[in-house]
Amino acid sequence: MEFSEHIKTANVEDVVLQQPLHPPSKGTLCITSHHLLFSDREERSGRQVLLLLRNIDAVEKSSVENLVNYFGLFPNAGRSDRATESSGTLVIKCKDLRVLQLEIPGMEQCLNIAQSIETLSCLDCVAEMYPFFYRPSNASLRDQWGLSTPERHYTEMEALHGRWRLSTVNQDYSVCPSYPPAVIVPKAIGDDALKKAAKFRQGGRFPVLCYYHRKNGTAAIEGSDKGYIIDTRSAQQAQQARMMGGGFESKSCYSGWKRLHRHMERGKTLQESLIKLVEACGDKSPNMDRWLSKLENSKWLSHVQTALSTAGLLAECVERDGRSVLVHGSEGTGSTLLISTLAQLIMDPSCRTLEGFLTLLEREFVQAGHPFQQRCSHSAFSHARLQQECPVFLLLLDCVWQLWYQFPLALGFSEALLLRLATEAYSSDYGTFLCNSDMERCALQVKGKTHCLFRVLLKPREREQYTNPLYEPNELAIWPSVHPQSLQLWRGFFLRWTQQTHHLELVQEDIRNMVIEWGKLALS
Amino acid sequence: MEYIRTPKVENVHLLGRSKGQRKASVGTLYLSATHSMFIENNPETRKETWEAVNPLGEGRRDADLEKLGGEEFGDDGVERRTEVHEQDPRVLHSMVSSVERLPTTPAGCQLILRCKDFRIFQLLIQQEKDCFDVHTSLLRLSRPEKYSELYCLSFNPNINKEERQESWNFIDLMADYKRMGVPNNLWVASAANSDYRICETYPSELFIPKSATPTVILGSSRFRSRGRFPALSYFHHDTLAAVCRCSQPLSGFSGRCQEDELMLQAVMKSNPGSAYIYVVDTRPKLNAMANRAAGKGYENEDHYTNIKLHFIGIENIHVMRNSQQKMIDVGEMRSASMTDFLWGLENSGWLKHIKAILDAGVFIAKAVADEGVSVLVHCSDGWDRTAQACSVASVLLDPFYRTIKGMMALIERDWVSFGHKFSHRLHERSHSVWPQLWKDRADFTNPLYKAEQSQCQGVLRPNTTPYCFKMWKGLYNYVERSTPPYQSPADLLSAVREESQQLEEELTNHQERITVLTGKPIMWEKVVVKRRTPHVQQRHCGPDPTTTYTIPVTSPAQDHRSFVPANQNAKVKDPALSLPLGQTIQVKHLNTDDISISSDLESGVADLSSRSSSAGEECKDPETYVLDFTTG
Repeated sequence: MEFSEHIKTANVEDVVLQQPLHPPSKGTLCITSHHLLFSDREERSGRQVLLLLRNIDAVEKSSVENLVNYFGLFPNAGRSDRATESSGTLVIKCKDLRVLQLEIPGMEQCLNIAQSIETLSCLDCVAEMYPFFYRPSNASLRDQWGLSTPERHYTEMEALHGRWRLSTVNQDYSVCPSYPPAVIVPKAIGDDALKKAAKFRQGGRFPVLCYYHRKNGTAAIEGSDKGYIIDTRSAQQAQQARMMGGGFESKSCYSGWKRLHRHMERGKTLQESLIKLVEACGDKSPNMDRWLSKLENSKWLSHVQTALSTAGLLAECVERDGRSVLVHGSEGTGSTLLISTLAQLIMDPSCRTLEGFLTLLEREFVQAGHPFQQRCSHSAFSHARLQQECPVFLLLLDCVWQLWYQFPLALGFSEALLLRLATEAYSSDYGTFLCNSDMERCALQVKGKTHCLFRVLLKPREREQYTNPLYEPNELAIWPSVHPQSLQLWRGFFLRWTQQTHHLELVQEDIRNMVIEWGKLALS
Repeated sequence: MEYIRTPKVENVHLLGRSKGQRKASVGTLYLSATHSMFIENNPETRKETWEAVNPLGEGRRDADLEKLGGEEFGDDGVERRTEVHEQDPRVLHSMVSSVERLPTTPAGCQLILRCKDFRIFQLLIQQEKDCFDVHTSLLRLSRPEKYSELYCLSFNPNINKEERQESWNFIDLMADYKRMGVPNNLWVASAANSDYRICETYPSELFIPKSATPTVILGSSRFRSRGRFPALSYFHHDTLAAVCRCSQPLSGFSGRCQEDELMLQAVMKSNPGSAYIYVVDTRPKLNAMANRAAGKGYENEDHYTNIKLHFIGIENIHVMRNSQQKMIDVGEMRSASMTDFLWGLENSGWLKHIKAILDAGVFIAKAVADEGVSVLVHCSDGWDRTAQACSVASVLLDPFYRTIKGMMALIERDWVSFGHKFSHRLHERSHSVWPQLWKDRADFTNPLYKAEQSQCQGVLRPNTTPYCFKMWKGLYNYVERSTPPYQSPADLLSAVREESQQLEEELTNHQERITVLTGKPIMWEKVVVKRRTPHVQQRHCGPDPTTTYTIPVTSPAQDHRSFVPANQNAKVKDPALSLPLGQTIQVKHLNTDDISISSDLESGVADLSSRSSSAGEECKDPETYVLDFTTG
């Protein structure tokens, strides 16, 4: 296989690994086409670290003699076996924000390993990525892929049938390459009209239904009645887009629709914000002012605040005002999806269960064409020039966590689920987040050749750790407070590899055990 | 009472309230000798009236006042539970931190009451004269000038003299010293301060190194600010190291005192395992140096043999007070941007102080537990920062202080007994708070606390990296406290825990009976759990938007709430509706000179009217499960 040409040194002995929350250990490092494998030399400990190369965001080499450090860690290690050889140190920074350090004896081997990691971790060819090779023993490729489809979604929503229909105008992805083959549209609009509307929208993304509010029969995204248009760009940006042939709905042509602008950062700005935040979290300085000003300077929490309040606005229009709302930004594949997803969580109790939430993500992000491949190709540590990277999905998970934090009993899933998704979106054994659209997934036969993450998360064993033990179903809308005082840094993710977060995880475990224990007693 | 210029004002509007109230209510304001009372006109909504209860329960035993509380219905018809169980429509005068009168407007005259527990009440009084009278009365009533004016001396909770005496014995400090293992062959009880002879701010019973003679104590006491000589705060049985406390030495630039030097030697000798002691000066070094000019200062390492001096840098009470005010302002900011908030937080400096105090505790705990070295802690007078540092160290060192009773003993020891002697003299006329708190302990218990785990965990080692510190929202976040009841995992878990215990007992009983009947023990199988029984109280999630999102980013909706009818349409919000509430509020600092005696250049004001508690309990999350009490 062509991977092998990138691997000059496949095995190195006597490598010292340092990773967060563990004492350093010495063992064998092995590099394969998709993984970095470290096995502890102490056989009894049986400790192995298996890391997807795709998870590695940056490799930093330092050729500094680390002998002093080395002997400090292993006072008993004989001086003789290290006497002549110099060692190299690799700092491996992962997309899940873990930072590992490898001390590799022999400069040449060290450089070889670094080179292999650099190359193999950013191969572009989707068909060669690990999900196409991952074959767990307990699953078959014939298993059902995905949780729902637009067709099923439509069938289940009977209340919809009066005024909405399922259109297959995009069957061959010709009308809109980033939409799924079937979409829900107003009954009154024929397929020809849809085609025309698509030509007038960037990327062919004509208005489709994403949420129908059962309570009062209004819809988010598109409505036949007059309603609101939420533009996730500032009025100024929308004006500028006009110069480029894009723009916004003019008042005269769309009478009765009220346009609301909410400026949401996107693209590079958001990516840089993430980079700054992660940098701040890694700062070891004991200076409080420095931490707070770095946290502020990253602006990440401001983005969280804007996203939540825009979603709140959308939900408010639908739930309280009973109006239909059309949401868009420029392309409609980023912030648009972010706020429509959040608004549904706020309004719709059925989205708040584990299944409901995963189905929502599948529908609103995966099927609706969020370009995961482009947006998540690098994370906060990468030295590569920024291209299409943008942590929209991570921002969504952060906002969901804020909801979870403010309403600890209202969501059926746990923080562990959000952390798992944050990791899987960037590097995964599963095909769920591969590619940029349904069309691309179809072309690569992702659904036939990879396994589906969402399905796996619902299997009994996984499910146990991803449910919220305190969950109590609740029919009411959950309106988050968006005051800055009420928002928090998502420590579970951004400080994930610290002792503090570890403590918090133990607390969550205690809570789970308490509730399980209680349930056992109640049943016996 | 002569200070009450007007006992009753009618047609008063109560505008802003701390807890999720929506409409302004109209009622009558009463001023009594001890309380302000607001009684709503509408008997229907009367239930929602002033929640003056401070959970510490002053006054709540009065049977003649109607107990309020229970259920409340939002304008959407959805039932909500109010958080406070026992309510009392009064605000104790001594709870009032400041009273501010705003300029008169056509609508009337506004009065803003800020409480020491950070609640705020905004009253609109129609007549300027009434407002003036209420203002003047409250200003006077909220600042007692003599001890005899204190409410606690007139508080009479219907218990007899014996019970009251008994209440003062609830926390037995001597028993706690005994638990630590003193007296022993290293530390002995000293009668030196009986009748507060040497130091009137020290307890009469205290422990000193065995080798310290009365001459040494007396000499040392004369060489220490306010006579506060080194005495035992905590003895660590495992390492035989001790935490001692005192005030700064009166050394000036070159002064020395042989007895004081011998006293520190004696402290060292009382720890057979170590050849030196740490002297922890909790002040910033600059402050300590400045004190030398006033004939005070810190220990000269050349004069004292075998001491290691260590400065921590906790700021003095004046800096802290300013900082806290800024922090309160940050908590109250409405419609602020994230940037404003984080800047405000940084600018307040509050988290820096919290970190410094925790750092001090960590330093002491490490010295005692890891190095086995005794520590002598002081600041200026040794009753503010010293108390903070010693208490934190005790919590880190000893699992007992992580229980409710232990926490009480700790406060009684480090704060009350080493503070002001008057507390003792007033016993005959007042009541102890501890028995009452103990009675209500179910409300303060941390459901995740595991006694066994905490016991074997030994010393706590908190991380003090800046990112570990957060604003204590339960205390300072006005916004959060004013929104409808949040979902409380703690309540739910407490219920779960309680019921689990009951069920377990029942189960054991059944098992025993079955064993008796059948002669075979029963084992249970692993059961998969589905849902809970419905008995666990249903909780709600703010049935209406608690915040509207139509007005830029964070919404000032709550500011308007009191004026907008229940079915408010969020879209049409006329800015003219907003009264100058949130923005223009400024707190005047209390004039603390009334009953306090100014201490020294640097700190130490015996401040009876002190506005708030000091050591905040930040960064509570990581160790939630090792503390037996809840903080929020």
